[in-house]
Amino acid sequence: MSALVNIPETAAPGEIVDIKVLLQHPMETGFRTGPDGKLVPRNIIHSLRCLYLSEEVFAAELFPAVTANPFFAFTLVAETTGEVEILWADDAGEEQRQSQTLTVG
Amino acid sequence: MKATRRQAIAMGLAMPLALRVRPAQATPETMQAAIDAFTGGAAVTEGGVELKIPALVENGNSVPLSVSAESPMTDEDHVEEIAIFNEVNPLPDTVRFHFTPRSGRATAQTRIRLNGTQHVTAIARKSDGTFHSAQVNVIVTAPACRES
Amino acid sequence: MRLAALLALALALPAVAEERVTGFEQMSEDLQAMQNDPVANPGLFWIADGETLWSEDPGTGADSCKGCHGDASDSMAGVAASYPAWDEESGRPVDLAGRINLCRTRHQDAEPFERVSDELLSLAAYLTHQSKGMPITPDDDPRTDPWRERGEDLFARRIGQLNLSCAQCHDRLAGGHLGSALIPQAHPTGYPQYRLEWETMGSLARRFDNCIFGVRAEPYEAGSEDYVSLELYLKSRAAGLTIESPAIRP
Ligand code: HEC
Ligand code: HEC
Repeated sequence: MSALVNIPETAAPGEIVDIKVLLQHPMETGFRTGPDGKLVPRNIIHSLRCLYLSEEVFAAELFPAVTANPFFAFTLVAETTGEVEILWADDAGEEQRQSQTLTVG
Repeated sequence: MKATRRQAIAMGLAMPLALRVRPAQATPETMQAAIDAFTGGAAVTEGGVELKIPALVENGNSVPLSVSAESPMTDEDHVEEIAIFNEVNPLPDTVRFHFTPRSGRATAQTRIRLNGTQHVTAIARKSDGTFHSAQVNVIVTAPACRES
Repeated sequence: MRLAALLALALALPAVAEERVTGFEQMSEDLQAMQNDPVANPGLFWIADGETLWSEDPGTGADSCKGCHGDASDSMAGVAASYPAWDEESGRPVDLAGRINLCRTRHQDAEPFERVSDELLSLAAYLTHQSKGMPITPDDDPRTDPWRERGEDLFARRIGQLNLSCAQCHDRLAGGHLGSALIPQAHPTGYPQYRLEWETMGSLARRFDNCIFGVRAEPYEAGSEDYVSLELYLKSRAAGLTIESPAIRP
């Protein structure tokens, strides 16, 4: 599971910055039958969270209706220089994290 | 080299545009039930929410969705959550976004799967406990040549 | 019945104009934007994996791809745009995936990758990326010519229960609709490609399979003489059009 995360490197205090995230994941719905005619077990990323300065600023709950290789765009308000962390977890129990420093000034 | 009318009809049969049959399907009723569960039965005011989905999409496997709700996004007055519901997929729940005042805006984009032409509804829950909604109709077309 | 009417209508129109239009140009602005956005195009994952595989030790004591070929941005620029190409040793043209597998077996003492494997798709996508924006320049080795002609014959041959040829749809009806789907001219400008229908990366062979299945005929094998011939013909037909990478199609 890799990810493409786009977070600006710098921002002015109070500026609303755009965050974009693309995650590599099949988002197996659990409603699809495999070549053997059996249902393929559900395995989706069920949650995505964005922490900034160690506190959650945005989160998403995903259902099987979210596309394979899900894409998200959202915003946060730049306050002071610190980490922006993106965390996500799937039904198989895989948890991943990617972070980047946002320099504010 | 002209395809005959009979061929044309045969092709229509060989390449059905119906989407894959799923074990269970949401319906406008199950969508409403999911919305009621989300709102706890509270009244929902139409408006104040903008839901953008192209009116016509080429493949229901990847439908761009953008949603936003009007709000000052202050501690006292902000959007806490926006939930998206559909009426034809196996499950009415589609995706939910959780916002905080530090989100700056109650806006998010993603891409969703839609099993065919249908209404999609967005419901925003504000910090004062009120609910606001928007609904769009999406026409989903399907490619002709598929795997099976 | 609606489909039938639509198709009858399309057939009643005069033969299509000569002007070449790619599948990209026919897509909605939303899909074009998705393809062009460096954080929204899932095909980029396969390219990134291909880049990793390029310098990965094959575990057989042989060199990595990079060990022999160096930086792909130099050595592989324009290569994918000229495939399929003649292979001396086997005395036939091979497609890009076939070439990669020949390097695996000939030069790395390794097993060939499965045609539908993520490894092969990733390497092919990575190499195709090195030709992004370059014009398709078909191999001019005269020994490929008979193969190209065979491809043209296959393209014009009626097949399947529907007794239709590729050319009937992609030359004659291109630009019209089949149901709600727009019929493209079938220029292979962006393969392997991220097809929304597949929700993953897939090869041109898989795309051929879908069309052949659509007319209720038996698909050929990926990398087979028939598919390589078809690709040779389609690449000549698309000569000069630019390579897209990673391409998205509905
Ligand atoms: C009945 C009409 C029909 C026939 C016959 C047909 N195709 Fe297609 N083809 C389509 C349609 C429609 C699409 C667009 C995608 C879709 O909706 O499935 C397509 C897409 C393609 C593409 C993808 C183009 C791109 O932009 O990436 C290729 C390549 C292709 N076809 C090749 C072939 C070949 C080779 C044959 C013959 C073996 C063939 N097709 C036969 C209807 C047809
Ligand atoms: C030991 C050296 C060696 C290694 C390792 C090697 N190759 Fe090659 N490659 C060659 C040679 C030599 C040729 C020329 C064709 C031939 O003789 O097989 C070639 C040709 C190619 C070509 C065609 C270039 C053209 O201009 O037509 C491609 C593409 C290619 N290799 C990709 C790869 C990939 C991908 C890998 C790793 C999986 C790889 N090679 C590993 C030696 C190597």
